[in-house]
Amino acid sequence: MTDLLGYMLWFAVLIGLAVPAAVWMNRVYAGVPAFARTERTILRMAGIDGSRGMGWAEYAIAVLILNAVGFFLLYAILRLQGVLPQNPDGIVGMSPDLAFNTAISFITNTNWQAYSGEAQLSYFSQMAGLTVQNFLSAATGMAVGVAVIRGFTEPKGATLGNFWTDMIRSVLWILLPMSVLLALFLALQGVPQTLLGAIQATGVEGQEQIIARGPAAAQIAIKQLGTNGGGFFGVNSAHPFENPTIASDLAQTWAILLIPVAFCFLFGIMAKDRRQGVAIFASMAVMFVIGLATIHLYETWGNPLLGSGANMEGKEQRFGAMLSSLWAASTTAASNGSVNAMHDSFMPLSGLVMMVFMQIGEVIFGGVGAGLYGMLLYVVLAVFLAGLMVGRTPEYLGRKIEAREVTLAMLAFLSMPLGILVFAALAVTVPAATAAIQDAGPHGLSEALYAYSSATGNNGSAFAGWGAALPWHTTAIGLVMLLGRYAIILPMLAIAGSLIRKQPAPESAGTFPTHGPLFVTLLVLTVVILGALTFFPVLALGPIAEETARLAGQTF
Amino acid sequence: MFLQQFRPALVLTLGFTFLTGLAYPLAITGFAGLASPEASEGSLIISGNEVIGSRLIAQPFSGAGYLHPRPSASGWNAAGTSASNLGPTSAKLIADVAQRRAAYETENGQPAPIDAVTGSASGLDPDISPENALAQAERIAKARGVEAGAVLDLIETHVESPLLGLYGLPRINVLETNLALDATFPLPTQSPGN
Repeated sequence: MTDLLGYMLWFAVLIGLAVPAAVWMNRVYAGVPAFARTERTILRMAGIDGSRGMGWAEYAIAVLILNAVGFFLLYAILRLQGVLPQNPDGIVGMSPDLAFNTAISFITNTNWQAYSGEAQLSYFSQMAGLTVQNFLSAATGMAVGVAVIRGFTEPKGATLGNFWTDMIRSVLWILLPMSVLLALFLALQGVPQTLLGAIQATGVEGQEQIIARGPAAAQIAIKQLGTNGGGFFGVNSAHPFENPTIASDLAQTWAILLIPVAFCFLFGIMAKDRRQGVAIFASMAVMFVIGLATIHLYETWGNPLLGSGANMEGKEQRFGAMLSSLWAASTTAASNGSVNAMHDSFMPLSGLVMMVFMQIGEVIFGGVGAGLYGMLLYVVLAVFLAGLMVGRTPEYLGRKIEAREVTLAMLAFLSMPLGILVFAALAVTVPAATAAIQDAGPHGLSEALYAYSSATGNNGSAFAGWGAALPWHTTAIGLVMLLGRYAIILPMLAIAGSLIRKQPAPESAGTFPTHGPLFVTLLVLTVVILGALTFFPVLALGPIAEETARLAGQTF
Repeated sequence: MFLQQFRPALVLTLGFTFLTGLAYPLAITGFAGLASPEASEGSLIISGNEVIGSRLIAQPFSGAGYLHPRPSASGWNAAGTSASNLGPTSAKLIADVAQRRAAYETENGQPAPIDAVTGSASGLDPDISPENALAQAERIAKARGVEAGAVLDLIETHVESPLLGLYGLPRINVLETNLALDATFPLPTQSPGN
């Protein structure tokens, strides 16, 4: 009962923060006069006319070039970190395949960790490499999100906006100020923020212990706010240095979901019909609550094979089952991928919920910007299905959804089964790949399936017993992360570019309303049915098989 | 169109590397160092010139006179963290837990709470549950030659409660409580690893 009260209060605070954030973001993307001079100076130095709007193709090319430059710079930093400054612990350069994987991981907002931060990254790499891409990949997602919203909502003949302007505004006026506040709060809670290297301690019973530390608070703030998720330390936000207190834990879960939730409301504001944003939010919230409740109940009931009490294997005492479940649901729904407990050791059906959240394409709040444009993909499909059922040309916000948009939406959707099913199938059959599997039985399949679901969804969390550092996987997962990012961004920008050329028709008696409970139901069913049809068979072989085995008392 | 976009990409990446990759973390380092130097350097516990450990990081304890931390898959390695990551139907996990339970019950003569037999997520969990701590009290009291009640009372004063009564579990910081035990009831003969 107190758990339920806790969840309700947590949700109320989240919405209470997200609504004003959405209002602020709307002002920022429209251009705040007081910031105009700063923006103009930066744009002039970069050689851009920031007021000129872009077509979808130009917007997409700007996205790709920024991310490509980011990739090469980050790759170089990771390879050369041994000779670069701010390396008090004498960490050597990364291997080529691991640096490839890590650089892609951070430009695509995935933050898959095939490395362990305290052992394989210098402070320079953490700050000037990873933290920068935490900002830029988040700003990329937010800019694309805003451009896609413009495509759906701006009048005919308008443009999708200017990528460089949107990107700069995302960093300077949204991500950076929020990160400063959160980083200072975390530092006061006990998250280290120091340039001093690891310290040697001599314990009470005389044992030597080397304690790694570093400038963690600044990076953790943006890793949560930008739905990045890459931890400063190997065990991520389960590490007492990354997440020392209950207050730091709550602040981080709010930070994970703040901007993704705000994007729903931003959509309503930009559509000049707030009900549209509330409908999208409600669709996401329904799925989130069902998933969260499932995880919470299974983790609280615990694992009778381990003894009575909650399932505490891979969980921290200060968080227990409730805060670990809340985090697990939030981080997989929001494409964040940081963890405060080890997902590999969660109960089978808790793992199933987390995998489904990622496999449907990270559209339950999802990544910053990315969650909203991902959900708009399903909106296109949902109104198309509704149109088929009643025999009318489907419309959304007054614009006709035609063959071109539906084709593009299906193309984007297919990147999920391609990345997840095809590559996970390779991961459990190719000899060079199967060595990564740690657990025997159906859980072993779940480990590989989780990895490729996480990579394709640009999530970044893992069933971490799985050996992500095998060269096969660093390479294959690198490619899948690119697929999961750009094979969605490009078609969604194309859909936006196509819609903005259409004249919105005025609402009539025959218009299918897209803001009521009927539409919410339709949208949720579209997501669930498409996701279930695609992934149910393999989920039956992994987590569902494991659950039935567990109930029969079988172990592996 | 490609070349035209290349310059802004390069200039902005370098500019933001300076702003978000250097200025931002260094400014936070500066502020944190002023506002809370102790926390920003890792909440270290220092005695004289010796660093004993960090209040936030578990360290191994095996002596009979001390509270023992939760099991750690990494052996309390604070320079390379990891967890067991074993799944819920793993035979190895179930065997490990059974073995830890038997050892705990032999050592303490009390049933083992779930947190005492399961590995933490970080391998560095600084806390244990109050039930776990209280079950160890009699063993500690015996090793220190004091009344069990006195040790129980000391442990009770170190219980940290859930936030607002809603969030998180009640817990006891092992290192701080062990230091308090040493200060209040010194070990009769210093025999570490007893």
